[in-house]
Amino acid sequence: MDNLVYIFFSALLINNFTLSYFLGLCPFFGVTSKFETAFRLGLANIFVMLITSISAWFLNTYVLVHAPYLKTISFIVVIASTVQFVEMVIKKLSPPLYRALGIFLPLITTNCAILGLALFSTNRGYGFVEGLIYALGAGGGLTLALVLMAGLREEAELSSIPSVIKGTAMNLIIAGILSLAFMGFAGLFSS
Amino acid sequence: MASISDPENYYAEFIKGIWKENPVFIQVLGMCPMLAVTNSAINALAMGSATFFVLVGSSLLVSMFKNVIPKQVRISCYIIIIATFVTVADLTLLAFVPKIHKELGAFIALIVVNCMILGRQEAFSSKHSVKASVADAVGMAIGFVIALFALGAVREVLGNGSLFGYSLFGPNFEPWVVMILPPGGFLMLGLLLLFFNWIKEVRERAEADLDATYREEVA
Amino acid sequence: MSEELEPRAAETEDASEPSSTRLIVTLSLAGLLSGLILVGAYELTLPRIQANQARELREAVFKVLPGTERFQEMAFVDDNLVETEADAEEVVYAGYDQDDELLGYAIPGEGAGFQDTIKLIYGYQPDRRIIVGMEVLESRETPGLGDKIIKDAAFRKNFLELSVDPEIVPVTEKGAPNEIDTITGATISSKAIANILNATNERWLPRLEGSKPNDQQEEK
Repeated sequence: MDNLVYIFFSALLINNFTLSYFLGLCPFFGVTSKFETAFRLGLANIFVMLITSISAWFLNTYVLVHAPYLKTISFIVVIASTVQFVEMVIKKLSPPLYRALGIFLPLITTNCAILGLALFSTNRGYGFVEGLIYALGAGGGLTLALVLMAGLREEAELSSIPSVIKGTAMNLIIAGILSLAFMGFAGLFSS
Repeated sequence: MASISDPENYYAEFIKGIWKENPVFIQVLGMCPMLAVTNSAINALAMGSATFFVLVGSSLLVSMFKNVIPKQVRISCYIIIIATFVTVADLTLLAFVPKIHKELGAFIALIVVNCMILGRQEAFSSKHSVKASVADAVGMAIGFVIALFALGAVREVLGNGSLFGYSLFGPNFEPWVVMILPPGGFLMLGLLLLFFNWIKEVRERAEADLDATYREEVA
Repeated sequence: MSEELEPRAAETEDASEPSSTRLIVTLSLAGLLSGLILVGAYELTLPRIQANQARELREAVFKVLPGTERFQEMAFVDDNLVETEADAEEVVYAGYDQDDELLGYAIPGEGAGFQDTIKLIYGYQPDRRIIVGMEVLESRETPGLGDKIIKDAAFRKNFLELSVDPEIVPVTEKGAPNEIDTITGATISSKAIANILNATNERWLPRLEGSKPNDQQEEK
């Protein structure tokens, strides 16, 4: 049990998936101009991550023991299929949500955070439950980073910014300061 | 586009990836792996080489088979091709430089979702001749390696006082440790982009001034 | 940029679509070709990769169990310490000196450090109940501070003759044989090492006491 709590908070805060491992930067810089969108995308990512975690564990335990070199290719195929499946489900269950997410939904496939989750989780030898908790923490960490960035960027829109720094340069520096702040979580679980 | 088979144009396709359309600094693609592996110059170079291999190989194959791959499954085919090259690169690094492979870890496998590589296949290799696609891929990849190396070298020098593991400033240098930690990656890339933006603005202002003076003289 | 995107057109059957067979055949061919290339690359690199891994392990065991001439991977199966070739879940490495006498065990362990998980391996001599060496294999501690657990020579000296009874205690000034000196500015990383060693000892020491390695049992 101790271990599960550590895994969750490590992925969420101490070694935040985005601010510490640089995973999920495409949406982090691309989709964070509006708070609502960022939040919804974060939730979609969490969902895809949970399913990916389960599939990755099954693949790794039963299939990849015979062919470890197929890891990358099989994971990416699984992720692409999962995203396709999630797209269909959302379209059926909630067309307004589907419309709101738009192009960002298929883009989850190339989100390095999903593949990164599958790879890290299997490389570390996490079991089924540990993998799920890790996915929750990682997805939560990604959502947290997305939401924080979106909030800050919305605020920044209201200020006058020199054109030379506007755009990705400023976003990167904001991300750097966020990352610095999150470093403060280190040692959260020490005696 | 008859002119694309011109030897001069191969050079143009090649050179654009290095500066004008540099994938990292100008197009801001492929950032995920960039920041994680540039905490030292040698890691940056290793990652850059792996990406070079994957990009050039994939562009070559995609361009060779562009008329055979049906439109509906093209993305899946590109991904299969890219993933194959990535796994080969991964195995090669593991076999020949295990220490570097350990530092890069899962980020080598993450080359497969590097938006730059997939983007290049979709935007260029699937529509141009083999020679042009390879020229384009080589240019982009070199631009990528240069960007990675610049970032990695600066971060290592500032954050560790060394380059390629060789101490530059002696034992009394107090390194700016944050530079080799995650925040340093973000900040350094942000500052580099800032620098590029500034150069762009200065150049645009100079051109605008030139334009204005020319128009005054003509009028 | 407006966030309102057009509703996606319903996915109807496109009249000019190539046959599904063609799509499936292309994908299968691509997959097959990819698989062949990957199997080839794997077989080609396998000998080197295995040699690298074996060498890394050998170096680590030799470092923490000085005097080892050869070592044997052991797993704990059915309350017995048995030799194993396969990659079992939890293993230790029994080290033998040049006279093929049991020197001790190299035990891998891992646990939470300051930043992230720390992986280490340490040499243990059961007859004297002491640790004779410790090597950090993987860590993500803060460079310049926490990573001193790898670099600081004085810290590593702690583990050359460290008693494990009753347990390893991190202190500021080492006095008793079961105490280790923590590094100034890296207290938490130092304590983490002690915690990992204690936890791993708790798990393995009873197993190592209660049974002799298989090949020694045969000699009886």
